[in-house]
Amino acid sequence: MPRYVRGQAGEVVAALGRWPLPDDSARGIAPPRVQTCYAVRFSAVDLWGSGDHTVTVDLWESYLDRA
Amino acid sequence: MTEHDDLPAAARTRRLEERLIAAGLTSDDEIDEFLTRMYANAAPVNGAVMVARAWTDPAYRELLLADGNAAAAVSGFSVPPPDKHGYQLRVVANTDQTHNVIVCTLCSCYPVSLLGPSPGWYKSFAYRSRTVREPREVLAEFGVTLPGTAAISVWDSTSEARYMVLPARPAGTKALDAGQLAALVTRNGLIGTALV
Repeated sequence: MPRYVRGQAGEVVAALGRWPLPDDSARGIAPPRVQTCYAVRFSAVDLWGSGDHTVTVDLWESYLDRA
Repeated sequence: MTEHDDLPAAARTRRLEERLIAAGLTSDDEIDEFLTRMYANAAPVNGAVMVARAWTDPAYRELLLADGNAAAAVSGFSVPPPDKHGYQLRVVANTDQTHNVIVCTLCSCYPVSLLGPSPGWYKSFAYRSRTVREPREVLAEFGVTLPGTAAISVWDSTSEARYMVLPARPAGTKALDAGQLAALVTRNGLIGTALV
């Protein structure tokens, strides 16, 4: 996952589907864990301290904690 | 003229290919066949055809925004899902209130079959790092100035979910047919770095 969203609070805007966790696939773990991937929206001001845009990042379930 | 093979990245890629071939994981023929298949018919005109249809056919527009892969299939383009070595096509629509722009900060994920090979700048560190941080400035450098009231929505792709922008239909295009409408749509419009 992109470092800039680590530890940040975002809003789940869509559940995209259940796909293999890339961390497992990249390490050759077979079978990889299959998890729901969510589109999570962050506000620029939270990420960077300024800006009026949003950034939406697709994140697998195990990257997320309930806020 | 610099030969492609002379570039450091090309030499590194070739060494990696040789190691994979030596390990029996792939072959030159398999790599060539994959690249031929990947780039055959991959062009931004494919995405443009889908956009033009969405501008004139409300049911298709609805399908395109709900299930991009299904809409691509209806238009005769094959976009396999993530579990078939493809990706989920997510289409995001520009409106008067919202402008969308796509980026892949981790690498350079991109719907190649519908947009064609990605431009060099899409893979640059500058585009990837700045678009998530200061998209209004990046868009201005592409010549896109948005009203201050328009919200900017940046979509950071993964390999599994790849994005295409549905630009807003320009004013004064009521008389145009599907082919003429598709001709208005640019690759940058499908990325979000142009208005159409």
